[in-house]
Amino acid sequence: MIRKSLLMTALIGASALASFSVSAKTLVHCSEGSPEGFDAALYTAGTTFDASSRAIYNRLAEFERGTTTIGPALAESWAVSDDGLEYTFNLRKGVKFHTTDYFTPTRDFNADDVVFSFARQLKKDHPWNQYTAGTAWEYFDGMSMPSLLSDITKVDDYTVKFTLTRPEAPMIANLGMDFASIVSKEYADALAASGNKEDLNQKPIGTGPFKFLAYQKDAVIRYKAHDDYFAGRAAIDDLIFAITTEPAVRHQKLKAGECHFNPYPQPADLQAIKDDPELKLPQQEGLNVGYLAYNTKVAPFDNANVRKALNMAIDKQAILDAVFQGAGKAAKNPIPPTIWSYNDAIQDDPYDPEASKKMLADAGVSGLEMKIWAMPVQRPYNPDARRMAEVIQADFAKVGVTVEIVSYEWGEYLKRSKDEDRDGAVLLGWTGDNGDPDNFLAVLLGCDGVGGSNRAQWCHQPFEDLIQKAKVVSDPAERTALYEQAQVVFKEQAPWATIAHSVVSKAMRNEVTGYKIDPFGGHVFYGVDIAE
Amino acid sequence: MLAFILKRLGLLIPTFLGVTIASFAFIRLLPGDPVLLMAGERGLTPERHAALLKQFGFDRPLWEQYFEYLTGIFQGDLGVSLVTKNPVFDEFFTLFPATLELSICAIIFAVVIGIPAGIIAAAKRGGPIDHSVMGTALVGYSMPIFWWGLLMIVFFSGILKWTPVSGRISLMFYFPQVTGFMLIDSLLSGQKGAFTSAMSHLILPTIVLGTIPLAVIARQTRSAMLEVLSEDYVRTARAKGLSNFRVIGVHALRNALIPVITTIGLQVGVLLGGAILTETIFSWPGIGKWMVDSIFRRDYPSVQGGLLMIAGIVMIVNLIVDLLYGLINPRISHD
Repeated sequence: MIRKSLLMTALIGASALASFSVSAKTLVHCSEGSPEGFDAALYTAGTTFDASSRAIYNRLAEFERGTTTIGPALAESWAVSDDGLEYTFNLRKGVKFHTTDYFTPTRDFNADDVVFSFARQLKKDHPWNQYTAGTAWEYFDGMSMPSLLSDITKVDDYTVKFTLTRPEAPMIANLGMDFASIVSKEYADALAASGNKEDLNQKPIGTGPFKFLAYQKDAVIRYKAHDDYFAGRAAIDDLIFAITTEPAVRHQKLKAGECHFNPYPQPADLQAIKDDPELKLPQQEGLNVGYLAYNTKVAPFDNANVRKALNMAIDKQAILDAVFQGAGKAAKNPIPPTIWSYNDAIQDDPYDPEASKKMLADAGVSGLEMKIWAMPVQRPYNPDARRMAEVIQADFAKVGVTVEIVSYEWGEYLKRSKDEDRDGAVLLGWTGDNGDPDNFLAVLLGCDGVGGSNRAQWCHQPFEDLIQKAKVVSDPAERTALYEQAQVVFKEQAPWATIAHSVVSKAMRNEVTGYKIDPFGGHVFYGVDIAE
Repeated sequence: MLAFILKRLGLLIPTFLGVTIASFAFIRLLPGDPVLLMAGERGLTPERHAALLKQFGFDRPLWEQYFEYLTGIFQGDLGVSLVTKNPVFDEFFTLFPATLELSICAIIFAVVIGIPAGIIAAAKRGGPIDHSVMGTALVGYSMPIFWWGLLMIVFFSGILKWTPVSGRISLMFYFPQVTGFMLIDSLLSGQKGAFTSAMSHLILPTIVLGTIPLAVIARQTRSAMLEVLSEDYVRTARAKGLSNFRVIGVHALRNALIPVITTIGLQVGVLLGGAILTETIFSWPGIGKWMVDSIFRRDYPSVQGGLLMIAGIVMIVNLIVDLLYGLINPRISHD
């Protein structure tokens, strides 16, 4: 008996220690996965960006915390030439790179670091272009930077010039993205000299609010506040990522006080979190859209009236209830409401099966049989594609359309859904990269994307003209008007059924203050404090 | 004995080659490729897709890729992870101690409880103790690991607050990894409370991972004991007036242990398989979780390297088990 109680005492003691009494200013983030590495430009996953670019690095321009508004960061200001082909950046002086036990910088951040950070991605013959096995600059390439950037030159130590091959209005927003993080050239040189180039991806050095301390693979990442951070030292002293992949376990850890922050609470736990007096649950509409893309090249979906009729047969509220469990908002436009130029004046197609039936009959469509593709994975814009497809299947049955639901392994799904002669409508979605409408409208609906990311295979000249013009004009008001008009054209033509924008929820303990939900889906802990 | 070991080692060679082919083919049989998954919704142009496949060397004939893989193995090189860009060998051995530590604890837990439970059940055959032990074993064997793990967490960590939810040690402790075994490293660190914390983190995963082997060992011990207890020599021992404890503990158990040892050896494979789920639930940074992540990312070198290493370990453990037979029962000779 005595032995038993001793054991219990030991266990309870250990468990009490386990809850973080580490330090009043240590923030523990129960992250959802392991980072692939720490050189953000090599990767495309948000989990990797949280652990690298968003904690360790800065960019020339950055989005204001919690917004999609871009502003100065490592560049204090910039000027764009009249023809829109030259961007000259004036760099901030006195910015310090991290001093760690594996590197001590001898100089401040300057133009060499900027040129190095981009040249390594742009120039195939650059000594750092292939610095690890199978290096691919996927985001840089995906944003068409190789064809857009002609050159990057150092004007002087604190001035850098980017020369473009064509005007590109979203250029500054692009430079706020994670792949554009600035790494230290001095550190890279030291690694090259010692033959340890791979360490650039394993032991990062940046200018950001937190410096890297250690990574225990698949378990824990530790950071310390960067004392000389140019925007002011972080309020917390230590930042810890406790990698916890299982959502139910993250919830238990948050409740038990083993972590302060759960980035992705499960829909089923939301009510329990709201009811827990020790937890809070800020929510915000995500920068995403979930859609059903018809193949507009295949009859009868090449007829806008048929597409419109089908859209009117979809009961979006039923989808929000069944699939999003309340954590979603019906989408009427192809861009989310958090993006500038969102056209709120547009009326969504009403849910009206009778009118839908009549429109189909008017279009000469009867006994239609079609396929709906359901993604095999859970995504922020669609937590359960199979369920969503089933709801739409039932809705379409009411207007006399028979639906067969198909699915493929995720990689295959992405590949086959791009086929121009694809049979069926595809459930898919998109999460914005840089908060620019171009990043949704051109990528997902532009003529260049046909056979690729434009799953509706929709190339409609009036729409294309609007988005191409908006890409090259620099006046924000004019761009806004063009994008608003483009959304009107989109609604008339209905290449997609716009389904929903998810509502993003972040679960945290009450003592966490100052957290702002990042519209890009990232998790930024600079500016966050812990109330004592 | 030496001839036996050499013969067994000789037999391992074709098995090993078979495993290299299976591990190489397995991941490639799955639909999708790593390049497509890397690009996600954004997609790739066919030209870029082809260029990346070429860059990774996946455009070459399969036999050529396999031959390169095999050559690499014989040079101790399992390739580089497509995702982390680290050598697969290093990744495996960074994570393996965590899996090994958990597996050792789980097998100790299973043996220490499973063998006595099986013996008692056999000794009290047909009685209420036997029924309850075997009933519990059946429930344990049928328990879905994932559900069982979550149940334990909710009850012991969430409601009773006796054990930590997940991880290997409290985050307040930070020391460099020396052996990779947290119990040892926590002792070496000299930090007060570190060892206790590491122990408390091991309790739930050990129970969850050890449950199925425990059930199997208990059932195997019981049936082996029952068989032995009906042998003539046991009857003779009883007739000689030996104590029940001596009859069961010495005469019967020693002979009954042979199939039990075989079972324990086979459980190593089960443990490594069960580790995949247990590690996921308890955020345990071991090879199980790493393999799952690698499969989802179609990280070919990591999956084939990981499978090969795991298969190699299972083969070696089984060899050791074969050798142990001779020690337990001298009648079994390897000469």
